[in-house]
Formats: sequence, structure tokens, C-alpha cells
Amino acid sequence: MIHFVLLISRQGKVRLTKWYSPYSQKERSKVIRELSGMILSRGPKLCNFVEWRGFKVVYKRYASLYFCMCINQEDNELEVLEIIHHYVEILDRYFGSVCELDLIFNFHKAYYILDEVLIAGELQESSKKTVARLVAAQDSLVDAAKEEAASISNIIAQATK
Amino acid sequence: MGSQGGFGQSKEFLDLVKSIGEARSKSEEDRIVLREIETLKRRINEPDIPKRKMKEYIIRLVYIEMLGHDASFGYIHAVKMTHDDSILLKRTGYLAVTLFLNEDHDLIILIVNTIQKDLKSDNYLVVCTALNACCKLINEETIPAVIQQVVELLGHPKEAVRKKAVMALHSFHQRSPSSVNHLISNFRKKLSDNDPGVMGATLFPLYDLITIDVNPHKDLVASFVNILKQVAERRLPKNYDYHQTPAPFIQIKLLKILALLGSGDKKSSEQMYTVIGDIMRKSDTASNIGNAILYECICCISSIQPSPKLLETAADAIANFLKSDSHNLKYMGIDTLGRLIRISPDIAEQHQIAVIDCLEDPDDTLKRKTFELLYKMTKSSNVEVIVDRMIDYMISINDNHYKTETASRCVELAEQFAPSNHWFIQTMNKVFQHAGDLVNPKVAHNLMRLIAEGFGEDDDMSDSQLRLSAVESYLKIVDEPKLPSAFLQVICWVLGEYGTADGKYSASYISGKLCDVAEAYSSDDVVKAYAVTALMKVYCFEKAAGRKASLLPECQSLLEVLSASHSSDLQQRAYEFQAILDLDANAIENIMPLDASCEDIEIDKSLSFLDNYVLKSLEQGAEPYIPESERSGTLNISKIRNHNAYEHPTHSLRFEAYEVPKPVVPTKIPSTVTYPTDIVPVTVIVSEPSYQPSVQPSWPLVPVSDAGSGSGSTELKLRLDGVQKKWGKPTYSSGASSSISNFESDRTTVNGATQINTLISKPREPRQSNVEVSEEKQKLAASLFGGKTSRSKKKQSGGAAGHSKVSRTTNHGEDKVQPAAVPVTVTTAVQPPPPDLLDLGEPAGDTSSYSSTVDPFKQLEGLVDLSQDVNATASATTSNGPDLMSLYSDADLNGSLNQNPNAMNGSVNPSKKTASLTKGPSLKDALDKDALVRQMGVNPTSQNPNLFSDLLG
Repeated sequence: MIHFVLLISRQGKVRLTKWYSPYSQKERSKVIRELSGMILSRGPKLCNFVEWRGFKVVYKRYASLYFCMCINQEDNELEVLEIIHHYVEILDRYFGSVCELDLIFNFHKAYYILDEVLIAGELQESSKKTVARLVAAQDSLVDAAKEEAASISNIIAQATK
Repeated sequence: MGSQGGFGQSKEFLDLVKSIGEARSKSEEDRIVLREIETLKRRINEPDIPKRKMKEYIIRLVYIEMLGHDASFGYIHAVKMTHDDSILLKRTGYLAVTLFLNEDHDLIILIVNTIQKDLKSDNYLVVCTALNACCKLINEETIPAVIQQVVELLGHPKEAVRKKAVMALHSFHQRSPSSVNHLISNFRKKLSDNDPGVMGATLFPLYDLITIDVNPHKDLVASFVNILKQVAERRLPKNYDYHQTPAPFIQIKLLKILALLGSGDKKSSEQMYTVIGDIMRKSDTASNIGNAILYECICCISSIQPSPKLLETAADAIANFLKSDSHNLKYMGIDTLGRLIRISPDIAEQHQIAVIDCLEDPDDTLKRKTFELLYKMTKSSNVEVIVDRMIDYMISINDNHYKTETASRCVELAEQFAPSNHWFIQTMNKVFQHAGDLVNPKVAHNLMRLIAEGFGEDDDMSDSQLRLSAVESYLKIVDEPKLPSAFLQVICWVLGEYGTADGKYSASYISGKLCDVAEAYSSDDVVKAYAVTALMKVYCFEKAAGRKASLLPECQSLLEVLSASHSSDLQQRAYEFQAILDLDANAIENIMPLDASCEDIEIDKSLSFLDNYVLKSLEQGAEPYIPESERSGTLNISKIRNHNAYEHPTHSLRFEAYEVPKPVVPTKIPSTVTYPTDIVPVTVIVSEPSYQPSVQPSWPLVPVSDAGSGSGSTELKLRLDGVQKKWGKPTYSSGASSSISNFESDRTTVNGATQINTLISKPREPRQSNVEVSEEKQKLAASLFGGKTSRSKKKQSGGAAGHSKVSRTTNHGEDKVQPAAVPVTVTTAVQPPPPDLLDLGEPAGDTSSYSSTVDPFKQLEGLVDLSQDVNATASATTSNGPDLMSLYSDADLNGSLNQNPNAMNGSVNPSKKTASLTKGPSLKDALDKDALVRQMGVNPTSQNPNLFSDLLG
């Protein structure tokens, strides 16, 4: 099971956090501090795993962004590494060559997508296409709502003329 | 979109994100966030906020919370937003509450109703969001409120809903296993759902259920094997492929389930052999995901009934892992080696050099994993080297969690395999010295027990030698500053008990040391208590032996200080000691017999020796004793009655004290030595009434162990009623029994047997002689794997490198023979799978070509990671079969590769970009974005030049 997902930049700035196991706000800050200290200082050729408080943290660096997932001792690290990659590929497909800035300004969208990939700390969908379809369906709702709002404001604008 | 920017948020919010991004320090960031919190607190409570505005506030709250600040003032607004009719707002509300609230938060009760309503919605997207929220927010108490609806959703026409419903039930199961136990049949039904996503999701709850109890699910073995076979044969829709591997995540989960089902079950295991062999043969060792599957296969093979053929394939795969340049694969190799070693202990042999390389690797993760492996393969022949290494490593790290773990492993190994008493004491000293406060207090008591009892042989000489060596080493260590408390307790106890035992050290010398301890650690009451009792023992032994015993002045002053101590325990000990000072030698010998810590104390629980006394009292008219059980409930009455009894003219038993519901009943009677924790046998001396006064304060005499932590009090006792076992629990490895018996022979005969050994291991030599490695490594390898004792090392140091590496001592040789027999018996027992399935020739061929060419995995990694050289990566992509980017169209690939350099060096001012960029999933949008970025011009002073490089670049 994945206990939490962390996205941190090379400078140690938090880009996204998702907690599947209960942690208090205080613990969260501590976890982030501890892990960013550990992970950011690791060299490029080393393992993508760190043992931490009896758990394992699998991380992978994409450009200047580190994706970290904390898993149980008996989980398959290589699989989790691929779950990270799976998520990044979906982000990439959604944003069109995703870059860190996309995630900075659209963190809520990254959350929505993450909710389609992981649920309750487990991988829920391993088909990129299915995820993309669901996210698109949700986005179309957003667009529809926007159009509606725009047309209403047009009507109001015309009425007040 | 005008002021909205390309990202759908107001300028204000974009500015906030931007200023946070540009903050140079954490404190600057905190300042900005605090200002934002103030603004939001004010705004969010304004009346009549338009919904869209509110939505943005909520997202801003999420942002604040993500940065580690408290946004609890806005939680209620997020909860309110989930009630909204518009799915747009509802979704934001749900997102926020799932991020804000843990399952035990008070506000959840306000959301349950909404979730119930939304689960019934016509719009499947609403149902999906509600199910997402279920997984995070529904706790044990609220499960009953929604579970019925969630179960109904298992039949929903939309597969996304079915899948999420399954996952929600899975999360319910994690919270309260009993809540979904009745749904097993539903899960089984969903296993044959025609959507692979739903089927894949069903594996999670089934895995949970099987973990709890395997037996009711044995009939599913055939189905799982069948599904796995279909997946491996690419029967699933193409979009479940991941980098050309068919549905790898589903395969891995299935393998995990099979590992559980096949464990210890020959019949089930046999059904799996074929498909596992197939998958291993097909797996793509060049890709990460292929290796992930391979790893899971090995885990599965090591868990189910062993099949010799599969074991061999697994061993080959492990060899490939270990040979790889990638640290990740090496790590997996070490991990799998540790798993397989339980089944075939000899496979570590061929990888010894690789293992030692990993042990000395600068990568801490790899090192730790290797220590874990060493821990698993420890036996009496290599325990010294391994434990020494572990202790060295333990000293070098700061991580308390891991330090504790290493310390307890060292202790366990030392207890199990110690080659000599001396070594054991030395090792324990080191562990205590460096991690004393981290080890379990039980360990300290075990050590005391061990020193008290010796090693179980009927050899007083060796026992006293052990004690002497312990005393000597402790006297050396005790002066060092800042020893951990647990270690000091051991030291004090041993010095008190055995410090003067063989006359080497004078009583005053030992007492002096003990006083020093009590003084140096004056803040630690437990240590002081141990020290005082030890002092008392030293004094008693001296006096009992007829020597002139006098108290040192510092001891005297210590007693004075302690008799006024705040700790009643210390005070009591001090008074006891002072009371003993007045007694004569004969009395003292009875109270504190020499070296009697292991003797059993006879406890007469029925207090039969008092029968006469009771009878006499009853004759004189005393009230009979009413057992506690009978008087409960009538406590008051009995009190009054007792009172009357007390006033009875004749002197009778006093009953007040009986009322305290304690196991030890009478208080005034001198010989109530029922304490389980006695070190010093305060033997009951009813027959010698002349000594009664000295025993009267019977509990003061109960010595130090009583002062130790209450938690361990049952384990604390040093009395071991004839327990034979001395060295902890047995090993799990098949060679365990032999290694323990070997440990005896190890100490006596070594020389003659060595010869036989080399003979035994000879056939193996050619395999390893071609490896060229440094002398030092080989020595280490030999001591770890070959089990050479120091003596044989000397003898053979002149031998050929390859030779000395393989040579081993008797006990190891025996070890080898026995485990080797294990697979053989298995071979006969297990029905071999169809022969054509496990063509071992093929993987071997694979291996050779794999190692001769450039490691494609490496190149792939370069592609995915930060590739510095775009061209090189491009060529790698074209030359490689497994193309990472194949998911995107060719144009996309080129596009992203081309735009990369631009984006990298042309890092653009973020604010400008945000102002005019629309981004979308399509390729055209991506290219547009890039073009726009370039139009904006280059801004070399930008804060974060890396920001624009695409993540997958």
C-alpha cells in the first residue's frame, strides 16, 4: 500500500502531497522535512529507494521534480517506480509535455488525475486510456459549466443594456 | 481568457503561487503564506460570496495546507461546498475535504449524508467523486451508513463506478475487516467482470482476504492461474499494455496472491509452475517493469512449494540482477537472494563477491539491504565477521530507528551463534555501549541471566571464567563517560554478584567503582538502586566470608544521601543496607548467600508454616479468615467485624491488612517472600526464629531487579526453573539444527576436520576461480560464505586465491552437505512440470547476449531521466526495441525532443507564460505552447531555469 505521495522540487519546495494514511499536520511537515533532506542529497546513480522508519520510500526524478511514494516493507519497489512513471505519463498526456510549471499552477488538476490513478493507496487503473477518458469527461463538465456561465452573463449583459 | 490567465484562476492567486515560487527562503515563504491566511480568513467569512469565488478560495486553502500550514479555519466551507448541486463545485469540495480531513475528524459526520445522496446520483461522475471521498473519509463508525449503497454500485453499468466501488470496499476492509467479510461472494463475482480494470481492482480486496485466511480461497487457485495465463498471453485489451508488457500491474498482484495461496500447499503450487515459468521466460529483462515482474516471480517461487526447475530459473534471474550495473537491480538481487537462501542455502555461494561489493557500496540503501541478507545467512561459522561488521555500521549511523534494529539483530545473532563466552561478552558490551538505550531492556536481563547461569555445561570452571572475564571487561569500561543506563545496570549487578567472587579484586576496589557509578549517574535512580544493592552484596559477601568488612567513607556518605532520597525505593534500599550493617556474619550469610542468584526460592504459597499460629489464635477466640472472594461486596461489614475482632481482648490476627486485594496476603508475618523478581534468595527461615528480626523488613531485601521497568517484570526474573535453552530461538534456515550442534564442535575440534572440508568443497572450485578480486575482499568473502575460522585462515593463507576463497571449515562443510540434500528430496517429492515449459537453455542464452551488449536498461533510464545530451538519447531511442515514447506519436516525440533545448536554455519568465498559455492534451497545443514560450523571448535571469524542462524530457 502507498502511504503517501510527495512531489518536491530540487530546492525542497513542496509541489503536491497526498496522504493515504492518517498523519497530523505536524507529522506531515516532519515527514516532508526528513525525506527531502534524505532524498535530495542522494547522488544520481544510487538506488531509487530509501529505507525510512521501517517503510520504504521510492522516488524518481523528472527534470527538477522528485516524485516520491512511501510503501510498506514487503511491497515491490520496481513496481512502484513504474506506478510513478505511469502517473507522469498520464500527466504528460494531459498537459501535453508536462513541465513543473504546469503542476505548480494546476496542482488541483494533478490531484484530480492522481485520484483517478490511485485510490486508497493502491493503483486503481493501469490503463492510461481509461484514466484519460475519465479526466476528459470531468473536464467537459467544467467547460459546459463555463459556457453556461458565459451565456448567462451574456444574457444579463444584454438585458441590462 | 483575459484576466483568468491560462490556468483558470484569478490573477491574485497566480501572483501568490508565483511569489511562493520565487521565495528565496523558507521564512520568506512562510511570511507570504501567513499573509495569505490572513486575507483568506477575512474574505471567506464575508457574506454572499459568489460560488466561483468560493471555489477559488477553497483551492487556495488546499494550497496553503499543502505547504504545511494550518487551514482549519476554512474546513467548514469545504464541507459546505460538497453540498452544492453543481458537480463542478462539489468536486472541488470533495477534493478539499479528502485532502484536509483524516478519517477521525469531527466534520466528517456532516459529509456522510451528502455522500449517501451522491452515491444515488444519476450522473456517474458524481458517484465517482463520492466513492473517491468514501475511500478517504468513511471511518469504522460510518461504514454501515454507506456500505449497502456501495455494494449496490458493484452492479453499476459504468465500469469506472464498479471499479471505484470495489476499491471503496477494499478500503473499508482495511479499516474494519469484519465490515466486508460477508461480501466475499461479491468479490468473487467481480473477478469475472468483463472490464479488466474492475477485475484488477477486485484483486486488492481478495488479496487482503487471502492474507487473513488462505483456506477458504484455495478453490480460486485455478481461476487466478487462468487469469494470469490470459494476461501473459496478451488476451487483455491493448490499452492495458504498459511499455509493451501486458498488464504488468495485474500480473504482479496475481503473483502476490498466488504466493500466498501456494505457500505450503503442494497441490496448489503445482498448478502454478507452468504459468510462472512461462512468465519468467517471456519477461523483458531490459525494461524496469519486466524486472518488476521477474522480481515478483522470484518472490512467488520462494514462497510456494519449491520446484527445482523454477528455483534454477530464479537463481539465474538473481544472478542477472546482481550482475547489473543498476543499483536498483542490485538491490532487488540482494533482496531476492535473501528470500531464496531459505530454500537453497548454497546459492549465496556463487554471488559472494557481488554481495561484498554491495556491502561496501557507498549507497546506504544497498548497504542496509545487504546487512539484512547477511543477517539471514548467519551461522556459527561466520557470525563473528558478520556481527563485527554490523556493529561497526551501527556505530557509524545516526538513524535511531535503524540503529535499534541493527542492535537487536546483533544481540539475536550473538545469542544464537556465539562461538565463545568471551566473544559473547565482548560483543554485548559493544552493543550496549553504542546503542544501550535503544535495545530492549529484556536483553540486559538476558545477559545477566546468562552470566549467572553460565552456558549450561556442568563445568564450574568455564562458568567462573565467564564471570571473571565479564567482571574484568566491565571494570575496564565502567570508567568511560556516558554509558547507557541499561548497560550500567548490568555492570552493577555483575560487579555486585561476582566482583569479589574469585578474590582477584578486593572488596574496597569494587565498592569504590560502584560508588563512582552511583555518583556519576546521580540523576538515574534505577542505576543508583542497582549500585546500592550491589554494594550491599559486596559487603555481605565479605562479612559472610569472615573477613573484616568495613564501609568506605564514600559509601557511607552515599548511604546517608540516599536515605534522604526522594525516591522511596532508594531510601528503602539505603535503610536496608544500614540495617544489615548491624547484623552478625551468620545472619548475613543467610540473607545473602554467595552466588545464589540462580537458586530457586521455595515459596510456600499456602503459608502452611503458620497453621499452628492460626490454630492457636482461633482457639483463643479469633475470627476465622474469610477469603477475599467471599467477602467482596460486603467489604464494609467485614470492616466493622474486623474492627470488633481487633478489640478482642486476646491478641489475635489483625485483619485490616487482609482487605487490600493483593496476592500476598498477610503482612506482618516475616517470611512472605513471594516476590517473583528475587535475585537474592531470601530463603524462608521459619525454623530459625532467632533470625526473624533481620528478615522482618522482608521486602527491602528484594533487590534491584524490582526497581527495573515494571513492564518487564515478568521476564526480569533471573530464576530460570531448569530451563535448558540458552541461546534464543532457533534459526529458520534448514541448516539451523546442524549449525547449533556444530557450534559445540567448533570450539573443540577444528584442525583435523578442516581437511575433510576442503575435499568436500573441491568440486566447486573451477566455477569461481576465474573471478579476479582483491585479496581483502576474498578474505571477507571466505569468512562470510566459506566459514573459515581464524585458525584455518592462517593455515591456508598461502594457497591460491580461488582456492582459499572456497575452503571452509568442518561445520560449514557439514552445513553444506545437509542443505544440499534438501533440494534432492524435493525433486523426488515434487512432480516435475511438463518439460518443455522451463527451457533453461533460453534464459542462459539471453544472459550472455544481454551482458555482452550495452545495457539497454541503462540507456532507457537515461532517456527517462534527465538526459543531458538530447541527440544521444534520440539515437538510443531509435536503436532500442522497447521504446518508452512509443505512447506518443512520432511527431510528438520529435516535437518534445526539439523543443527541449529551447525550453531548457530559454527559460521564460513564468508570469508571461501564465498570462497567455492555453494548454491541452493534444499535440498541437503542446507545440503551440512551445512556440509561445519562444515568442516571449529569453529571460536568462529567471529564478528557476529548470522549471520549463518537460518532466519526461
